[in-house]
Amino acid sequence: MSRTLKAAIVDYQLGNLFSVKHACDRTGMQAQITADKDDISAADLVILPGVGAFGDAMATLNKLDLVSYLRDLALSGKPFLGICLGMQLLMSKSYEFAEHTGLGIMEGDVLPLNRATASKVPQVGWNKIHLTQAARQDGSFLNNLADGDYMYFVHSFYVKPNNPQVILSSTRYGDIEFCSSFRQGNVLGCQFHPERSGPQGLRIYYNLSLSF
Amino acid sequence: MSVRIIPRLDIKGPNLVKGIHLEGLRVLGKPEHFARYYYEAGADELIYMDVVASLYGRNTLLDMIRRTSKEIFIPLAVGGGLRSLEDIQEVLRAGADKVALNTAVLARPELIREASRRFGSSTIVVSIEAMKKPDGRYEAYADNGRQHTGMDVFQWALRAVELGAGEIMLTSINQEGTGQGFDFEMVGRVAESVPVPVIACGGAGRLSHVYDVLTQGKADAVCLASILHYEFIASQKYDLMRQDYSTEGNIDYLRSGRSFSRITPATLVQVKDFLSARGIACRPQAQEPAGV
Repeated sequence: MSRTLKAAIVDYQLGNLFSVKHACDRTGMQAQITADKDDISAADLVILPGVGAFGDAMATLNKLDLVSYLRDLALSGKPFLGICLGMQLLMSKSYEFAEHTGLGIMEGDVLPLNRATASKVPQVGWNKIHLTQAARQDGSFLNNLADGDYMYFVHSFYVKPNNPQVILSSTRYGDIEFCSSFRQGNVLGCQFHPERSGPQGLRIYYNLSLSF
Repeated sequence: MSVRIIPRLDIKGPNLVKGIHLEGLRVLGKPEHFARYYYEAGADELIYMDVVASLYGRNTLLDMIRRTSKEIFIPLAVGGGLRSLEDIQEVLRAGADKVALNTAVLARPELIREASRRFGSSTIVVSIEAMKKPDGRYEAYADNGRQHTGMDVFQWALRAVELGAGEIMLTSINQEGTGQGFDFEMVGRVAESVPVPVIACGGAGRLSHVYDVLTQGKADAVCLASILHYEFIASQKYDLMRQDYSTEGNIDYLRSGRSFSRITPATLVQVKDFLSARGIACRPQAQEPAGV
């Protein structure tokens, strides 16, 4: 039997961290909700969750003195997953309310879903992910998921990575086709909430538990 | 984007209950069992509504949320008796993803703004319980339909969204529990006026009602209770579940079929098949991966 993968869920007081922990526990990982650098460094996988506003989240990460720490950790090769707002925080820049600087781990921008192109913003609910060639080649994060599987989304903004090669899945909302998950080496992100996406979402946690 | 089908579980103390006409609340069983059954059948979200919301019941509710969120990996909304930011925080910390607010925000609308700032708009569902008056006006009620407020439903919906509500859950008091269909005209008026999703509640008796409120009512999501509960309590799985504990209420009346002549029970799979066959996108039931 392989050893248990340790996951650190970065606690910056936003969003339902418990559902992330439960999904990790259910898929055989050992997860800890923490803002302690030693705990985070000791983990095999770092998960940055989040719901809420980009600016507030960066301010909180700054207050906890985690900004450069998390950036260095991700750039050092530590497996790192951003979920929803956590994915957006990985980017260089956001245009939520005003221009904000992100963690800068992934090159690209965070852009608003527009009421001109989609009738309801935020997008709240289940939507399809369309797998790219990169997802098929990657073969781990979205393993055993089918093109068109549904995931649960809650967001008003989306990411646009500079390098389209990193996109593992795209999702259509209104007139926009946006990047719903990406991977660049050890850095992963998904706009949807796999821990709230039923059995298909749990598959992603299960894949992670086998990946690192 | 698919429509969401949301089982609504009314909770009193440790039990799932359902009002039958005016005969009061009947105990149907343990909410967690219903939640598990619906999760496996492809529910897109769940709502726990504490219909009594006594201070005594709060800890029971929090425990229930903790147990549910450990084994059910879809969004969980919780409502009933939440009056302050601290109440909301407690429920979210127990594992709920969203809260539904009614009475407290009617009394003090600013709570919507404060809560959506602190927890994010997507966490705050404003629940509107609407009574259609004889003169055709729609009025928002507080306290589970017991307390009138004089507030116009359509204006209140707009104001709630302005203050930061991420979703509107709209219940027709007139239709609730009747099995005679949703008030899809009211739902449609709200859904077309607000830029956030609208969840239609109250009145579903058969599958065509669900279709009507999604098409003519333009609802983004639908709450179902009786249709699903009566199917479950008639199933063998329910018998197996009941062996685990002694029920407090008498459900023979419910199971006899006499009490719900206007309700045609259906499984979530049947609901979604019905809608899919008519061109409405639904997320299909999925199996948990091997090894989990």
